[in-house]
Amino acid sequence: MTLTTARAPSPTPPHRGLGSARNSLSDRAFRALTLTCGVLVLAVLGLIAVSTTTEAWPAFREEGLGFVFGTRWAPSAGVFGSLEFVYGTVVISAIALVLAVPVSVGIALFLSDLAPRRLRRAASSLIDLLAAVPSVVYGLWGILVFAPFVVEIYDWISRNTESVPVLSTLFAGPVSGFSFFTAGVILALMITPIITSITREVFDTVPASQKEAAYALGATRWEMIRAAIFPHSRVGMVGAVLLGLGRAMGETIAAALVIGSSPQITARLFGTGDAMAAVIANEFGESGGIHRAALIGLGVELFLITILVNLVARAIVNRGLRRP
Amino acid sequence: MSIAGPISLTSSLSRGRRVRNRLATAGVWLSVAAAVVPLGFIVAYLVQQGGRVVDWAFLTEDIPIISRGGGPGMGPAVLGTLLITGAATLMAVPLGVLAATYLNEYGGKRRLAGTIRLMADVMAGVPSIVMGLFVYSVYVLRFGQRGFAGALALGCLMLPIVIRSAETALQLVPNELREASTALGARTSRTILTVVVPAALPGIVSGALLAVARAAGETAPLLFTIGIVNAANPNLFDGTNTALSAQIFSNARLPFLAAQQRAWGAAFTLVALVFLLTAVARVIARRFTVR
Repeated sequence: MTLTTARAPSPTPPHRGLGSARNSLSDRAFRALTLTCGVLVLAVLGLIAVSTTTEAWPAFREEGLGFVFGTRWAPSAGVFGSLEFVYGTVVISAIALVLAVPVSVGIALFLSDLAPRRLRRAASSLIDLLAAVPSVVYGLWGILVFAPFVVEIYDWISRNTESVPVLSTLFAGPVSGFSFFTAGVILALMITPIITSITREVFDTVPASQKEAAYALGATRWEMIRAAIFPHSRVGMVGAVLLGLGRAMGETIAAALVIGSSPQITARLFGTGDAMAAVIANEFGESGGIHRAALIGLGVELFLITILVNLVARAIVNRGLRRP
Repeated sequence: MSIAGPISLTSSLSRGRRVRNRLATAGVWLSVAAAVVPLGFIVAYLVQQGGRVVDWAFLTEDIPIISRGGGPGMGPAVLGTLLITGAATLMAVPLGVLAATYLNEYGGKRRLAGTIRLMADVMAGVPSIVMGLFVYSVYVLRFGQRGFAGALALGCLMLPIVIRSAETALQLVPNELREASTALGARTSRTILTVVVPAALPGIVSGALLAVARAAGETAPLLFTIGIVNAANPNLFDGTNTALSAQIFSNARLPFLAAQQRAWGAAFTLVALVFLLTAVARVIARRFTVR
């Protein structure tokens, strides 16, 4: 088939808004099909929100605001205050962030700047492997290997910080392998890949000219990083951290296995505690009636918090990535 | 693109600057180690403990009813994971790809498309346990626990991931291909089906495989939706079922060594499956993508 090019081709119509002469039935049907699937996403999300809130309503009605702010959770007495669990979720997520963020930033710097070219892909694949490990396997390793192993370390730290002002409260005994801190460590392992990958994307948007300018002025590598990479990436890094926070707060299984499952509001990081997602997983099986409604209510509460964190994170990340 | 490193005229650098630079470099290498070493430990334990237990009998025999007892196996869990994840994939991938097609080929910058994208992102952030609670509320309360409920929950989990990766894959298809097809007289739907989607297929398949790998490893959505069984149940619509992830969770807390060994074996199997899917996904993406 020969394409004749004798005449200048008429301008191709733009891809979208294709002329109505071509809107045959099958075309419109296909478009309607894809539109339906798209709208289905909205429908499912709405259904999630509505159905869980409906199931949880009896508990909300019974407790009112006490559900969110009450500090006592006693299913047998019909009291459902979730504050201890909110506290637990916040604490383990905070520990996870404190541990994961420096490590993730370091890895992102490694992947975008410091790694020798040949190592880069291997290291990147290794980090992806870290993300691929299912959370329940992290939990299994945590409960059978890490927690028993780490008790002695906790004990050592606890005894050696008794005289240091702030640390003595944080690390006071009695210590337990199944504690806030252990859950925080496991969570840190799990959220490192996501923080790393977004931070690395942000680092890669730093213009080479900025980096080269820093070197040309005689900067060492670290000074170049501080002068060219960090200022450019601050906003994106905040977004990445928030996304990691959202992931940590929603993580159920690994936390449920190692957190100790005895809720309390305490500053002792080596003490046992409980978190929202974990308590849902642990108590659901044997619950009934209003107890079950209250657990679903915890789910709704968790849902709202993670939505908030994720929306804020996305807004910040989009702003950070848009810079040329 | 290579960036010239710092010129090492060490005599012109103050000692402080040199030390700080070395410290920072050490810090970066330390953080890489901080991530890689635990991963190494976990994989080592998996291979050591799980490899001891896993064999053909383990993968096919029923789960002992008395958990204190030794012996295999995890057959029902293997079957359950494959069936439930498979069903979830069959539901989520076509839906997700079609939705992504709407977003990229028809929706463009319109408000509806923007809203759908935002909601897909929100859905991606929903904790997996909430997905389980959702399916519990709308399905299990009416029909009881069964494998299909778990598949629904995993499908909801997979949907936003598939949409996002499929949309990216579609975006990467050069516009020239679409314009050429239109210039040859094809309708939009035909262009999409015969030109755009095949061009984007490696990216779509790779993204779908990653979503499957993620779903296979999930536990929380299955906790209240599929129940538990000891003998293999190949019917997703009749009776409870079990899966590798759920078995690992329940066995991890039992104090019996035999149960813990089964948990390691199940973990080994599950991780092998997930790593395989992930590796295949990456190979497809790298090897076949149209650049």
